[in-house]
Formats: sequence, structure tokens, C-alpha cells
Amino acid sequence: MLRVENLHVSVEGTSIIKGLNLKIHRGEIHVIMGRNGAGKSTLANVVMGHPAYEITDGSIFFEGRPLEEMAVFERARAGMFLSFQYPAVIPGVQVGTFLKKSVASVRDDPPKGRVFRKELNAAMAQLEMDKSFLSRYVNDGFSGGEKKRLEMLQMLLLKPTLALLDETDSGLDIDALRIVAKGINQIAPEAGCLIITHYQRLLDHVKPHFVHAMIDGAIVKTGGPELALELEERGYDWLDAAA
Amino acid sequence: MNEEALEAVGDYRYGFHDPENATIRFDKGLSEQVVRDISELKNEPQWMTDIRIKAYRHFEERAMPDWGNCNLLDSINFENVTYFLRSSNKTEKNWDDVPDDIKNTFNRLGIPEAEQKWLGGVTAQYESEAVYHSIREDLEEQGVIFLDMDTGLKTHPELVKKFFGTVVPHSDNKFSALNTAVWSGGSFIYVPKGVSVEMPVQAYFRINAKNMGQFERTLIIADEGSTIHYVEGCTAPSYSTDSLHSAVVELIAMEGAKIRYSTVQNWSNNVYNLVTKRAVAHKNATVEWVDGNIGSKLTMKYPSVLLKGEGAHAEVISVAYAGEGQHQDAGAKVHHLAPNTTSNILSKSISKNGGRSSYRGMLQVMPKATGCRSKVVCDALILDDSSRSDTYPTMEIGNATADLEHEASVSKVSSDQLFYLMSRGLPEEEAMGLIVNGFFEPFTRELPMEYAVELNKLLELEMEGSIG
Ligand SMILES: Nc1ncnc2c1ncn2[C@@H]1O[C@H](COP(=O)(O)OP(=O)(O)OP(=O)(O)O)[C@@H](O)[C@H]1O
Ligand SMILES: [Mg+2]
Repeated sequence: MLRVENLHVSVEGTSIIKGLNLKIHRGEIHVIMGRNGAGKSTLANVVMGHPAYEITDGSIFFEGRPLEEMAVFERARAGMFLSFQYPAVIPGVQVGTFLKKSVASVRDDPPKGRVFRKELNAAMAQLEMDKSFLSRYVNDGFSGGEKKRLEMLQMLLLKPTLALLDETDSGLDIDALRIVAKGINQIAPEAGCLIITHYQRLLDHVKPHFVHAMIDGAIVKTGGPELALELEERGYDWLDAAA
Repeated sequence: MNEEALEAVGDYRYGFHDPENATIRFDKGLSEQVVRDISELKNEPQWMTDIRIKAYRHFEERAMPDWGNCNLLDSINFENVTYFLRSSNKTEKNWDDVPDDIKNTFNRLGIPEAEQKWLGGVTAQYESEAVYHSIREDLEEQGVIFLDMDTGLKTHPELVKKFFGTVVPHSDNKFSALNTAVWSGGSFIYVPKGVSVEMPVQAYFRINAKNMGQFERTLIIADEGSTIHYVEGCTAPSYSTDSLHSAVVELIAMEGAKIRYSTVQNWSNNVYNLVTKRAVAHKNATVEWVDGNIGSKLTMKYPSVLLKGEGAHAEVISVAYAGEGQHQDAGAKVHHLAPNTTSNILSKSISKNGGRSSYRGMLQVMPKATGCRSKVVCDALILDDSSRSDTYPTMEIGNATADLEHEASVSKVSSDQLFYLMSRGLPEEEAMGLIVNGFFEPFTRELPMEYAVELNKLLELEMEGSIG
């Protein structure tokens, strides 16, 4: 469903992604690991359509359609979802209002009124989020872990077919990690998942089909779950030669 | 509505107009005779005529302000304004008795509906005078007086004489002089001791005619320990020629009283809105100005509070939206005249499509006013490079015991905020609308719910067709 071909991306003239290839099919869980600054978030942002990034070469297709012809909101409506590493703060906009608007824009048959409430309550219960979050402003004053839970809440409500999860596991306590993993496993069978992480520990709960190592803007090695263990143990230096 | 009118409406939803069916219409232009004619027509007591004449003479002599938007101020042609226009011979108590055109206009503005649902009383002013007025019986039984100002002067001359012009003297500025000379309509409210008016009362001001001048005069007196929430709204047709709205509002909060005065100003972009609003707060009284400026060509308005009694409190929350061809020069003034008085000023502005917003503030603490506290926060959001925002804060602090905070920020909508919302399925314009609504939220949440919803819709409309 997602096909990235020979992707080259630059920001403000600096080249960051340098010839990246990736294919994700429905039902597959992919993991990308790599050093700080390797370009992982850049990849996720570019796929979702962040205007700051320039694609200088190569292309990305979602369900056969070239992404360049789709605006950001159209990508969301087509089923793409990005869980942000650093979710933006939107002062003055209540979480409840925002979720309602978002669900109404993204889903084909948006649930209304009581049905929506019910679904929302269920999702929040699953994520062990207090109802008081609904009247708070989007990410305003949220702790790191709370922000990640709100990202997961959005994912559960928007029911994406492609989920890009950028360090959703960072900053989570052990219970939260388990809860987040449950959320991912819930949508995974029907979706493609791309999980960006630094730690093997999420993978105790979520079983990836593929693990990719990213060095300096390109995927240099792909393997199964055992690669994640190996990377955690050995670091990335041994792969530098391959880059 | 004719085609020309439809075309003029554009994005502004209230820009439609009715045929001009005046029962009395003065020729354009201003003179001492015009002032006398207004007073005579209204059959006023001599003392009011005298006040008007004195004010007119002051207006003639008084120079234009040499600050604010001088170019726009100087372009006002006082000779091209209609100073009095009566469109209905009577102020009705029943909407069915209001002339059809006018009634339909207020229906379209949703006034009768709001009245039924959540208001304690309504005054609807059309051009120079109130065409409809009503107050809930239970309020009347408690002794609450809520009238249009003309009727107030007729039925309670002693109260009016005692307080009229005591908070905003005619000589305060050129436009307060003009208003005092030619005032017509507005609200007169008296809340007796200890009475709490739970439901807001509302005044709605509508200009319909071209080149109209509307000069309403409002006086609210909240006696000891009473509370009242007054809400005002206003709109006008979009014409290619200018109209002038110049009101004076005086509030008096006696000991322990609380007055909240909420405004959603949404004039069409051909209206000069030059308004003087001031309140006096006596011992332990609270005055709150909740002031929203969305429309008009030029607004100059700085709701102010004189904290005259110990322990009095002022709250001014204002927002301004300046779009294409608009200048919102707004702000707040608080004068701490007594010890242990407190004030909070929050001002938020948005400029877009070449619009200009200015915050002009005055915070004064008198030497003998010890132990005062004040917080001033000004936030400006600029949506594009062609727009502008300025702040002109003035502080005069007369003693060292004052506890003051001042924060100011100017920001742009970040591409990360937009991207975040767009990635959740919102097109750019909707995302911008949501961010803008969020920015004004500290203001909106203070409004009655119905107003808040309306304001949010308005702002979302303003964001449409603006990005690309
Ligand atoms: N908008 C931007 N402007 C300037 N530089 C940027 C921008 N976005 C990313 N970069 C740079 O691109 C490089 C890759 O950043 P990216 O965020 O993709 O790394 P990452 O692999 O996600 O790292 P981490 O593990 O720390 O999250 C970094 O050097 C970063 O500073
Ligand atoms: Mg990152």
C-alpha cells in the first residue's frame, strides 16, 4: 500500500534522505531504527506531506497513487495517519472539539452524537485516559506520555489504513507502553504500520515483520525482529561501512 | 433585497439592506440647528437641550485626535452624514407591531429567537431610535429599569440628570462631544440594590441607511450589591460610502456591584466606529468589559475603568480582528485611584490580508492608591506578511507598592501547527480557522454560548478563500 522509490529529500538545501526504498503491504508491521538525526522523522513527515521538506528525486505512492498530487488533508482522508514525535500544541482548542472535527473530516461514515461519544469513551477507557482531557487544549501543558496517548486516541478514532508511528513509545512508562502496544495491535491486522523507535522494548508487545536499519538517510539493512535485538546490543557503528 | 445589495454583501453575511422608509429624515450635515431640532423633536427638557448645544460648540472647536489613524480620521466628512433618521414612529413591545421590513431584518439577525431562549430583555435599535423594546416581567417586578435612552430620559429625568455625562463628559474627546450633541437611542438601565439579574439583557444596533450616523448613548447604573450582564451586537449593510457610529457608554457600579458589558462589534467594512466607553467602580465593585471588534473600517475604542473605591476590580478582555482594509485601534484603560484595587487586561488581535491592529493601553496608579495589582497581557497574531500589529502601552505608576505584570507577544501561526491539524484531515483553511478560534478562546469563553458559537462561525468564514 505504501511504496517509496529512490527517495531523496532535502531541507533548506541540506540533503537528508538519500535514495531510500521501502514497500509496506496491508497487515505488515515495519520497524525503522537509526541514530538521532538519521532522517527517520523526516521520512515520516515527508510521507505525510510536511511542506518544509522538498523531494528532490524519487517518488512515493499510496495505494498506487503518487502522493505528490494529494494535499495533506487528502492523505489523511485516504487513510494515512502520522503519530508525531513532537505533537504540536494548539492553544485554546479543546481536545473534544478537535477530535470531533477530525473524525468528521476523515471518516467516510463519521459517527454522530451519542454514537461518537460512546466510541470516544471506549477508546479513552482503553487508553486509560481521564475524561477531563476532552476539555483541555490540544497538547497544551500535556506531559510527554500524555501527548503520546492523545496521538494513540486519534489513531483509534481515525482508523487509518497506514499508520506512521514516530517514537510513540518514547517517554512512556511501562503501563503506558503496554496500552499503546495494544492500540497498535488493534489496528495492525487491517493496516500497514511503520514504527520508528529507538528501543527493542516495544517489540516485546508488537511483533514486527520487518526491521530496517537507517543510516544517513538510507535503509542499509533489513531483517526480522532479531535485527532489532542486534541493533540494541551492538549499536550502529558496524553498519557504517554499508552506508 | 435588490441585486446591487446582494453583490455588495460578499463574505459579510449581514451586509443586506432594507428599503429606506423613513418617517422623519434630517438633511445631511451638522449645525446648531440640527442639534436643536433633534432635541425639540424628542420634546426634551431644557437642560438636555443646553447640554447638547454646549457639546456641539465644543465639537466644533475641538481638534481631531492627533494619534490613531489620522489619515482615516481626517477623511471623515461630517457634512455627508445623516444625523437623525426615524424609521418607525413608536418603540413597540411586540415584534408583530414592528414594521415588516425591520422585523424581518431582526429575524434574520436572530434577535427574537435569542430573546425567547436566553435573554432577560431586548432593545432593538434601527437607525436613530429603538423600534422594539421589551423586558421580562419578573425583572420589572424587582424594580429593574431597562429602557431605551430616549424613554429613560422621559420617565426617569432625575436619574438621568444625576448621572448623564458624569463618567464621560462631553469635553472628553471630539467624538464624545459629537455624541453628546446629537445622541439618540441607546440603553438606560438601573438595577436596584441587591438585585441580581441572572439572564443577560441585550441591545442590538442596526444601521440600514447609507451615510447614516448612529449616536446611541448608554447609561447603566448598578446600585449597591447588584449585578447585571449587558450584551450588545451590531451590524450594518455593506455600502461603498461610509457610515459613522459614535457611541458613548457610561457605567456606574456602586459599592459591591458587578457590571459585565459584552460587545460583539461586527459592523460592515464601511463603518467608522469611534466609541467612548468608560466605567466607574466604587468600593469593592467589579466592572468587566468583554469587547470584541470584528468589523468596521476603523475602530478606535478603549473601554476604560476608573477604580474609585477601595477594593474595586476591573477586567478588560478584548479581541480584534483586522482583515483587508480594516484598522482596529483598540485597547483598554484602567485608572487605579484607590488603594487595593486590582485589574486584569487581556488583549488579543489578529491581522490578516493587509489588516492592521493596534493595542493602545493606559495603566495608571495614583500616588495614594497603595497595594494595587494589575496584569496586562497583549498577544498579537499576524497571519501574513502584508498585515501589521503595533502596541502602544502607557504606564503611569505613582507609588512603589504596586504589583504589576506586563506581557506582550507577537506571533505567526506555525507551519507545524497547521501541518498537525491538516494531517488530521482538515483542509488548510479549516485548520487556520481552528487555530484562530483557539487564539480568541479566552475571549469567546466569556461570551454567552450563543454568541460564542456565532463568533467562531464568523471567524471561520473570515479564513475561507484566504489561503493559497
Ligand atoms: N525542518 C527542519 N529544518 C532544518 N533541519 C531539519 C528539519 N527537519 C530535520 N532537520 C535535520 O535533518 C536531520 C534528520 O532529522 P530527523 O528529525 O529526521 O532525525 P531522526 O532520525 O528522526 O532523529 P531522532 O532519532 O533524534 O528523532 C537532522 O540533522 C535535523 O536537524
Ligand atoms: Mg525523529
